[in-house]
Amino acid sequence: MNVSKHSQASNHAALESLAVARWRIAIALTAAMTAIYVVFILLIAYGKAFLGTVIVPGLSVGIALGVLVILSALALILIYVRWANTHYDHRVASIRDGRAR
Amino acid sequence: MNTAAGQPNLVAMIGFFVFIAASLGITWVAAKRTKNTKDFYTAGGTVTALQNGLALAGDYMSAASFLGIAGLVALSGFDGLIYSIGFLVGWPVVLCLIAEPLRNLGRYTFADVVAFRLRQRPVRVASAFGGLAVIAFYLIAQMVGAGNLIRLLFGLPYETAVVIVGCVMLAYVLFGGMLATTWVQIVKAVLLMSGAGLLALLVLARYSFNPLALFADAAARFGPAVLAPGKLVSDPIDAISLGIALMFGTAGLPHILMRFYTVPDARTARVSVAYATAAIGLFYLFTFILGFGAMVIVGQDAIRAIDAGGNMAAPLLAEAVGGQAFLGFIAAVAFATILAVVAGLTLAGAAALSHDIWVNVVRDGHADGGEQLLVARASTVLLAIVSIGLGIVFKGQNVAYMVGLAFAIAASANFPALLLSMFWKPFTTAGAVASIVVGTATALVLIYLSPVIQMDMLKQPAALFPLRNPGIVSIPLSFVVGIVVSLLAPEAAAAQKFAATERQLHLGEEV
Repeated sequence: MNVSKHSQASNHAALESLAVARWRIAIALTAAMTAIYVVFILLIAYGKAFLGTVIVPGLSVGIALGVLVILSALALILIYVRWANTHYDHRVASIRDGRAR
Repeated sequence: MNTAAGQPNLVAMIGFFVFIAASLGITWVAAKRTKNTKDFYTAGGTVTALQNGLALAGDYMSAASFLGIAGLVALSGFDGLIYSIGFLVGWPVVLCLIAEPLRNLGRYTFADVVAFRLRQRPVRVASAFGGLAVIAFYLIAQMVGAGNLIRLLFGLPYETAVVIVGCVMLAYVLFGGMLATTWVQIVKAVLLMSGAGLLALLVLARYSFNPLALFADAAARFGPAVLAPGKLVSDPIDAISLGIALMFGTAGLPHILMRFYTVPDARTARVSVAYATAAIGLFYLFTFILGFGAMVIVGQDAIRAIDAGGNMAAPLLAEAVGGQAFLGFIAAVAFATILAVVAGLTLAGAAALSHDIWVNVVRDGHADGGEQLLVARASTVLLAIVSIGLGIVFKGQNVAYMVGLAFAIAASANFPALLLSMFWKPFTTAGAVASIVVGTATALVLIYLSPVIQMDMLKQPAALFPLRNPGIVSIPLSFVVGIVVSLLAPEAAAAQKFAATERQLHLGEEV
């Protein structure tokens, strides 16, 4: 009985630490997206001349940054999917197995 | 410029009928497989990651994004791109905060998740109220858009067009449920991506496949200002308010959230968001090319001559680079786009009415499968009639504004309660109800007091609330109210169930 109680407790601790890890990365990525987007909007509001600067013919700073914001959303999504596919799923599986045993 | 847009176009008519025939065929096959409530709401939970990704993209890319953004870019250059970007940045939020927990905690509606450890009845009534408010405004936007679009493209009267859209959509949802709706969305997403992609290629072919040469040509003809921000964003606080409403609104749209129940597990839900974002991101990059292409190839005056709002820029561009046949194809794609979005909205609304209100509130969870399916189908018919009615009553309303409204309510009413119920232990039933009701009411009242209604529509000299979008006030307020009400009157039962909630949130349902 002691052994099963002990494994239950460690199981609970593993779930808690997994919850914290997932929460932390979710908040960090959401904050990153919000920050990128808000800075972009502030530049549109206050940095009109800067965004209108032409880097090479046809490419203004504004268009380049706009494409970068779209690509950054994709990058943040890939970061999360990669983390979850490699780390999160493993830990979920081991907690499930731990309980089954 | 001579254009065939607005006159009956043979290819458009053929494309239109081929799409309707094909989608009704899909519905017929789906209907035979739709036997119980789970099939009706979630296609049996057997949709793959790629399928759900495309269907999410199909649900999200409305006619507003295809025609509206291409038109905005064609007429005002860079400013139009601000919308493309705003509609994409909500997806990382959906992925990180919502998609997987929602899949693990709920069955058919987002209210399942909010009510998971709280008292069922009050939370379900409030959630259904918030959800239906979002769906109503979104439906109005789509129906009004559909009526205008079909009138412009095919020359049909507005009311006829609204009735046709309502009836075809009703057939999909009523008989084929989520399976038919999913496939209509997948077909639509593929058609829209390939149509927009082909159009972009035909434009770029004139510039030796160098988009910068296209942009440079636009700047040479219409002035360097088209590559820089203009007048659209004059007030930064208003812009940020709209921005956060778009960002967090995506995570509160009932028809988007419902799609996560159609996949078998959390991992599939996660990967489907990556596919959806890739498809939507690529599509918005196409809109850069389509908008500037229409600006230089069709010309701003020719676009304005057909429709002052610029909504016909993409179809006119298709005619200019691909002739009448391509115009017809793009027109049929635009029609398919509206049908798919309307079908998704109706299904989400039917789930709120039947699963949340009828089964869990009126019948207290004691409705058998046959009754549930019957009520779901009756709700679908009711919503189809209501949406046709709303479409006709709200004729002439500004579509983009209605969509903005739907996003603001989704972000203020649904998103805070959903997030707090999943991640904040002290959250209570009273807190959830207060957050949803205050969020919805604040969003609606502030919109009514905003310059858009008071000055533009009611012609008052001033508006009580200075911002066009309420998000920056109503979203934080909804969070604060939910938190304060919960702390004032703790609910022991809800806090006790938090450990079980957390367990199922990560591990999924126990077998």
